[in-house]
Amino acid sequence: MTDTTAHDNSGPVLAADGKPLKVSLARALRRQKIRALLLIAPLLLFVLITFIVPIGDMLFRSVENQIVQETLPKTVVALQEWDSEAGTVPEEPVFAALAADMKIAVAEKTHTRLGTRLNYEMNGISSLFRKSGRGVKKWDLANDGPFKDKFIALDKKWADPEVWVTIKANSPKYTPGYFLNAVDMQVSPDGIEARPENQQIYVTLFKRTLMMSLMITGSCILLGYPIAWILANLPMRQANLLMILVLLPFWTSLLVRTSAWKVLLQQQGVINDLLVWIGLVDDANRLVMINNATGTIIAMTHILLPFMILPLYSVMQTIPETYLRAAKSLGATNWTAFWRVYFPQSIPGIGAGSILVFILAIGYYITPELVGGTKGVFISNRIAFHISTSLNWGLAAALGAILLAAVLILYYAYDKIVGIDNVKLG
Amino acid sequence: MADTANNDAFVEFERVQKSYDGETLVVKDLNLSMPKGEFLTMLGPSGSGKTTCLMMLAGFETATHGDIRLGGTSINNIPPHKRGIGMVFQNYALFPHMTIAENLSFPLEVRKIGKSEREAKVKRALDMVEMGTFGGRRPAQLSGGQQQRVALARALVFEPELVLMDEPLGALDKQLREKMQFEIKAIADNLGITVVYVTHDQTEALTMSDRVAVFQDGRIQQLAPPDQLYESPENSFVAQFIGENNTMEGVVTQISDGKALVQLDGGELIDCKPVNVTKVGERTRVSIRPERVEYNKERLHADAHTLKAEVLEFIYMGDIFRTRLRVAGNDEFIIKTRNAPDQTRLKPGEQIEIGWMPEDCHALDA
Ligand SMILES: Nc1ncnc2c1ncn2[C@@H]1O[C@H](COP(=O)(O)OP(=O)(O)O)[C@@H](O)[C@H]1O
Ligand SMILES: [Mg+2]
Repeated sequence: MTDTTAHDNSGPVLAADGKPLKVSLARALRRQKIRALLLIAPLLLFVLITFIVPIGDMLFRSVENQIVQETLPKTVVALQEWDSEAGTVPEEPVFAALAADMKIAVAEKTHTRLGTRLNYEMNGISSLFRKSGRGVKKWDLANDGPFKDKFIALDKKWADPEVWVTIKANSPKYTPGYFLNAVDMQVSPDGIEARPENQQIYVTLFKRTLMMSLMITGSCILLGYPIAWILANLPMRQANLLMILVLLPFWTSLLVRTSAWKVLLQQQGVINDLLVWIGLVDDANRLVMINNATGTIIAMTHILLPFMILPLYSVMQTIPETYLRAAKSLGATNWTAFWRVYFPQSIPGIGAGSILVFILAIGYYITPELVGGTKGVFISNRIAFHISTSLNWGLAAALGAILLAAVLILYYAYDKIVGIDNVKLG
Repeated sequence: MADTANNDAFVEFERVQKSYDGETLVVKDLNLSMPKGEFLTMLGPSGSGKTTCLMMLAGFETATHGDIRLGGTSINNIPPHKRGIGMVFQNYALFPHMTIAENLSFPLEVRKIGKSEREAKVKRALDMVEMGTFGGRRPAQLSGGQQQRVALARALVFEPELVLMDEPLGALDKQLREKMQFEIKAIADNLGITVVYVTHDQTEALTMSDRVAVFQDGRIQQLAPPDQLYESPENSFVAQFIGENNTMEGVVTQISDGKALVQLDGGELIDCKPVNVTKVGERTRVSIRPERVEYNKERLHADAHTLKAEVLEFIYMGDIFRTRLRVAGNDEFIIKTRNAPDQTRLKPGEQIEIGWMPEDCHALDA
């Protein structure tokens, strides 16, 4: 034994210069690490800007609620004294503060935005603010008081305690309101409660989105598995040809493909015509296959199928035929050999394909929009509506955040049940 | 036909042909008959159709023509899983998603054998290959040699009477391969199973087999026990393929009761044993093993024909000396001598005379 081994038992291993080996190693690796970091820095920045920041912004918007405090700062302070559960209208000081705030808001034209925002919580507030804005403009703050009666004269709604409850409830900087709204709940003077039945849409939509995405994933597995199997077992030339057919959808516009389904599936469409001609379906009862859930599932299965086939194919390609032969030589029938030996080894491909298809499906927008009708639209269509039509970005953000959470939870569940190591793209 | 068939025959190939593409025959007229308990090796260069024969026997390929019989009944129409033939694949084909014990249990499960009996059999099979403690591991956690043992145990665990092995030791290093050769042979003998073994390694074939079938180009060139194969090759392909050989070409000048005189192309005369030459004037290739060449005059017959030789190279190989000579214009003539205390070590440049017993020099087809 050499004398260096004597150090091993007495303390940390030392490098030739007497410094602990760990320190020397860390120093030796540091330069390398910095270089690596610099090399990926542009990419990292890009990902940060285009990916992390928008998601962060979305999460922030789903709870952010500064508009009430910013537009009506004095009123918010004055309302602190007021008991929102008493069922009475606030006293003069609050109205005076409101008048002062409104004066500034009108000058800056921010009161209509506030009205729009508060309208999400209570119908009619938007017009109340617009109307009051026009009135307040003419007032002289120093001499025209008291303002309580003047406000009520402008619009009777100011005498409605509900309006004040809404304003007070929304005065904190952050609100759970969007999230509650996104799960069909609301804050009322009695606490958190379900929205009126005719306004409950989001939970149904979430459930439908999840269910239909699962069904689409399921039908992609059913259709994709045999195709991938054929692809993996065909001789090279034929396999390549078939592969082109599988990839063909990628080369045609999504809109064209979706519209094609409209042509095929509508009641006067090709498939119904064919069924009627064969006699399977009565001419009077043609099948409704478009503008409903069926249409969405059919069209989206078609569109997402390649995302199932490709990972399945690449996994299946790595399973040598000798396994099946070995199983059969050991006495297994064709089915047993497939089910006990081949199938388990293809599960990583099913896993990868399912995750891809499911995550794509759950956020899909264009196809449900075109062929989904009312019964086949997804939550993403609602998000798009709130972003571009109703401009309720907070609610859109809350819906998006819930969708993101749902995907992450499912991903986690998948990891626990199947194991994420069991996902293979090739 | 039936009455002439060998009653002892367990595995029979009768006039079997196989073509994959309908244009070329990969197996041409294969006839083979094996008694129960025999260890038969198919030996031949790569592409000679060995695997194809094995696959036809296992049922993964169908014979284009001919009959394959197992225990007297034709198995042409029996699917692989009903043939009850154990098989060891070259890359082992252990199921990666199952543990070793599960792999061994698989053939028993598909045979609907009860749990306790299954466990007992799995344990016995694993113990037999000295892998008893590895039942809980996955194939990927084993070394090549260990996987090989498990593959063997799996092919044997359901007690098949016939076991096929396709180059089972091909992926192992030399030392391990030699160890496994002995183990496989010992296990096969112990269990009394019939084995068809495929290899392209002639040492393996010679050391393990009861009989060796030398394949070339879809035909069996010779089917014989190892010693016969080595000492009496029936044609020049077998002579070339098995072991090392010196060959010289010439013409038969005299032939009588088991002796032939061959005049080499350089004019020299040598004594030979005619193997597949029949008449005077026929061209022949004579073949002589390096260890049967003698240069010590005292050990040669007085009337033996000798050839002049020049020593070109002397290689010390430990147990033997390997000397390269120039003989009758052939620079690659090798002789091997045992490293014994009284052995003379030839030096390059030395002029010697060599000869041999006429029965060691085979006159084969040209
Ligand atoms: N599945 C197959 N399809 C077409 N040709 C094959 C197939 N398997 C083997 N061959 C051809 O048959 C010949 C014999 O092959 P094989 O039986 O594998 O030989 P070996 O096992 O002796 O090396 C080779 O020329 C090979 O190319
Ligand atoms: Mg082979």
